[in-house]
Amino acid sequence: MDAVGLEARAAGLGTRSIKTSAKAYAIDLAISMIDLTTLEGADTPGKVRALGAKAVHPDPTDRTTPRTAAVCVYPDMVATAKQAVAGTDVKVASVATAFPAGRAALAVKLADVRDAVAAGADEIDMVIDRGAFLAGDYLKVYEEIVAVKEVSAQARLKVIFETGELSTYDNIRRASWIGMLAGADFIKTSTGKVGVNATPANTLLMLEAVRDFRAQTGVQVGVKPAGGIRSTKDAIKFLVLVNETAGADWLDNHWFRFGASSLLNDLLMQRQKLATGRYSGPDYVTVD
Amino acid sequence: MSDKSERLTVFKTYKLYVGGKFPRSESGRVYEVTTATSAAAAAGKGKWLANAPLASRKDARDAVVAARKAFGGWSTATAYLRGQILYRVAEMLEGRRDQFVREVAEAEGLSKSKAAAVVDAAIDRWVWYAGWTDKITQVVGGANPVAGPYFNLSTPEPTGVVTVIAPQESSFLGLVSVIAPVIAAGNTAVVIASEKSPLPALSLGEVLATSDLPGGVVNVLSGRTAELALPLAAHQDVNGLDLAGADADLAKDLEIAAADNLKRVLRPQAVDTDADFSTAPGTHRLTTFLETKTVWHPTGSLGASGSAY
Repeated sequence: MDAVGLEARAAGLGTRSIKTSAKAYAIDLAISMIDLTTLEGADTPGKVRALGAKAVHPDPTDRTTPRTAAVCVYPDMVATAKQAVAGTDVKVASVATAFPAGRAALAVKLADVRDAVAAGADEIDMVIDRGAFLAGDYLKVYEEIVAVKEVSAQARLKVIFETGELSTYDNIRRASWIGMLAGADFIKTSTGKVGVNATPANTLLMLEAVRDFRAQTGVQVGVKPAGGIRSTKDAIKFLVLVNETAGADWLDNHWFRFGASSLLNDLLMQRQKLATGRYSGPDYVTVD
Repeated sequence: MSDKSERLTVFKTYKLYVGGKFPRSESGRVYEVTTATSAAAAAGKGKWLANAPLASRKDARDAVVAARKAFGGWSTATAYLRGQILYRVAEMLEGRRDQFVREVAEAEGLSKSKAAAVVDAAIDRWVWYAGWTDKITQVVGGANPVAGPYFNLSTPEPTGVVTVIAPQESSFLGLVSVIAPVIAAGNTAVVIASEKSPLPALSLGEVLATSDLPGGVVNVLSGRTAELALPLAAHQDVNGLDLAGADADLAKDLEIAAADNLKRVLRPQAVDTDADFSTAPGTHRLTTFLETKTVWHPTGSLGASGSAY
């Protein structure tokens, strides 16, 4: 992997200036791609219901605002989230497999997934066993994904690599291929729980991987950068990466997602700015 | 090697002061600042002094973000601490007195001695406002007499983020006279410096940065007043607007823009003319960006018996 070239390309694509109607399109697209996430030990049913309401009506003052793609919660909150978004096309995603560390026996991880699926999760976000990966036991990583895919049944499977812990770009590419070959529907950068989360460079690398994978096998896989994407400017940079790397086929919330929470408020403030011409402020969006 | 070594000139790059840092304008633009020596200034031919950043509306937006971020800490700091920090600012100003005398003399076309008098007055004004931080609550707040077994207490609270359009002519004393009361009251400020003489304001940023004043409490922008003031007046996250340096036409436009989220607006005062910044300011500017909160507390004695329960 050419690390310098990769970072330079990601930075270069980040310099595009996206304004006016293109910006409005990008903002609405980004909102529709968000997996609105709350993954805290202190999550209450009330907080999850509020999150669901926000996913359905991100900006109650403007009904033209698109819905987010999904809400993302811990398995025990899936039923609550499911109720909160009932009757809409907003999906419920659940992290599973001993998220975020992934340090548990396979049987426990599978039980975790079954539990989430039984509660009605439409999507499962699993973490790979980074310990096995870094020890070189790639077969174990692969077989674990296959096993989780099997018990996920109808739910789409997102595989989290925790790129911040994989050290090198070569490792991220290897993990991407292992995940896709094992049957992942989505490959996802991070849990959002470590220092380094989604970066333009590691997302670009994963976008190249899904592009190459489709060219070879005909199977399309989605990409989800997560963690650390907080501003509209950043989100638009990622959309440029998607369009220029994987192509326009991925510019859809079936194939590209943002794992984020505070990003939505910034997108809404920018949307209000475009609509009214005035800079908006945190008083005009919800406190999450 | 010659026996007399010549030093290279060290030019100062004037920069904005936003969020405790000294960025150039996001736009990369600058404009020329010249001296204002009477006749030459009238002909538009002052001596070149420096290139000042020509801030854009994005710089203004960034400044509001920085001011909002700083508001929580600054508004809840004890009045005593705010006073200590503001006094420290005066100490730092005193240490840079010669620099400010030179800058004010060049900016306003004053003689050295007159400029020195202006700078001294500005430092004294800063000290005066520093003393007010823990006294203003006693003056405008208090315990109100009510017909019931309640304590009824009024306390002034800072308004929030205030955009200050600094006076155009009085580039330093006027500047200090509008910034100090806003932050003494616990607000945070986005200041648009005098358009033609922004250098003392930009240097004031350097003083504030070395005075324990948390970054973002004061943010200084230089550039075209109208270009910066309009988006700030319409900004939904700005709570107050001091129009001291806006001319009549601009002030009208800004008041209209500010009405949308009901900003507190301080219209240009009669005392804002140059001469009058030298007179005692009174507490008007301190109280303009304070809001009175009144709370009721049961005293505990609800009946004639004197017992609460």
